[in-house]
Amino acid sequence: MKLFDIAHSRTGDKGDISNISVIAYDPKDYPLLAAQVTSERVKAHFTGIVHGEVIRYEIPSLGALNFVMHKALGGGVTKSLALDAHGKCLASALLDLDIPDTPA
Amino acid sequence: MKTIRIGSGAGYSGDRIEPAVELVEKGDIGYLVFECLAERTIAIAQQAKLNDPTKGYDPLLAERMQAVLTLCKQKGVKIITNMGAANPQAAAAKVREIAGSLGLKSLKVAAVSGDDVLDVLKTGDVTISETGERASGMSNVLVSANAYLGAAPIVEALANGADVVITGRVADPSLFLAPQIFEFGWALDDWDRLGKGTVVGHLLECGGQVTGGYFAEPGKKDVADLARLGFPIAEVGEDGGAVITKVAGSGGRVTVDTCKEQLLYEVHDPKTYLTPDVTADFSALRVTEIAPDRVRVEGATGRARPETLKVSVGYVDGYMGEGQISYAGRGALARGRLALEIVKERLALTGVQTSELRFDLIGVNSIHGEVLAPVPEPTEVRVRVVGRTETLKEAVRIGNEVETLYTNGPASGGGATKSAKQVVAMLSALLPRAQATPVVAYLEV
Repeated sequence: MKLFDIAHSRTGDKGDISNISVIAYDPKDYPLLAAQVTSERVKAHFTGIVHGEVIRYEIPSLGALNFVMHKALGGGVTKSLALDAHGKCLASALLDLDIPDTPA
Repeated sequence: MKTIRIGSGAGYSGDRIEPAVELVEKGDIGYLVFECLAERTIAIAQQAKLNDPTKGYDPLLAERMQAVLTLCKQKGVKIITNMGAANPQAAAAKVREIAGSLGLKSLKVAAVSGDDVLDVLKTGDVTISETGERASGMSNVLVSANAYLGAAPIVEALANGADVVITGRVADPSLFLAPQIFEFGWALDDWDRLGKGTVVGHLLECGGQVTGGYFAEPGKKDVADLARLGFPIAEVGEDGGAVITKVAGSGGRVTVDTCKEQLLYEVHDPKTYLTPDVTADFSALRVTEIAPDRVRVEGATGRARPETLKVSVGYVDGYMGEGQISYAGRGALARGRLALEIVKERLALTGVQTSELRFDLIGVNSIHGEVLAPVPEPTEVRVRVVGRTETLKEAVRIGNEVETLYTNGPASGGGATKSAKQVVAMLSALLPRAQATPVVAYLEV
């Protein structure tokens, strides 16, 4: 299944850093997210877009993960040549990630 | 237990105006906060002020104030806003002028300044965080440097009876924290309560984003009546406990999910959310729906505030030129690709000097390259070429090369547009607190 099926997400930007939340609709799915959506997988998914470190933070009380991605916005909103200079659409791209139906 | 109700009247500079009017009319609020200052808005405002010393504040200030000022005064609703941007004093004078024209009596307007630290950066020993270089070495290209001030000067203005408080660069959550500190008499080192109040501010600072705006996913996360989206209200108790809600009957929703999305928006380490007031900790937050459109948020804490203030630094960083043109029908994608190749070769042939170039096919790969799975071939595609240059003249040449595809390129190109502009880019720096001194001035009707 797609991450889209069990989680929702929003992207924020600060300078050249993008952060993407991944929030389980059902808190019962949080362990699956925590097991499958690793910073390594997110970094690989965004090859060519994210050029820096991807750090994952866990917020179990919200059933959510937060990915902080460095060098992700072409220098930041004011200088980026990208059509989506804020990187607002990155959340949608992350929700396209394939994940197995059960925790590994 | 004493509670106060704070409404969020704007989530960004260009936001809708009537949801704020609705909040004042029907929201039973004590405070209306307009958050209108993005990272780069202040640099643009500084340039406007350079051209005209009476400008440099938010372009919608007058329209917003005309819409809410009379009713706010009648109902005793205090207004707090960062619409002062680069020129809070001029903004306050404008508000006084509007109050006069509306026939209001005894209105006190406070202007909070002191965030402008451009001179400190030009001459001092401040390092740019991203590059490690001295800011003073960039003095010839610096446009603006504004320190993020905290809640304290707004609290001072409220304590001195201000009806309207207008600031420049103040951290967004601080605009909402200030009325909580003032009303409940919290100490400025009561880190736990300041952390809780900062979470309330963070939830409200983007206006409709917590009431279902920027949230809808048809079929999965449906939101009713988005065209009449109600803006949020926080009902805060003196212990820092808060309920997020909105005006009954307005569009949108307040749910556990809308609140969770906003809680993590623009947050990095949830244990360490830095503001000028406090180091807030979001890592143990809990959200519970206690009634329709009423969500309780609890579990925030806080630690001592940082010793330095973040400074947003605006500087001129060359120019950007862009051109676009569309192709449609059978073979559109192939013609679009050919068009990009032609422009790429032309820019080289004619010697346009660029430091960075980008070739996009809108509708195909313009947002995420190859990250999203390929889709069936589109029946229309828009070509986009954009580049970074040292001079405006060079930037103009990029758009021109795209436009000349009209008579020189693939078949049936249409709707060409072009633009070129100066780029004001942003960097950040950390400044010892003592080097930015907030100043509060008052104007009265």
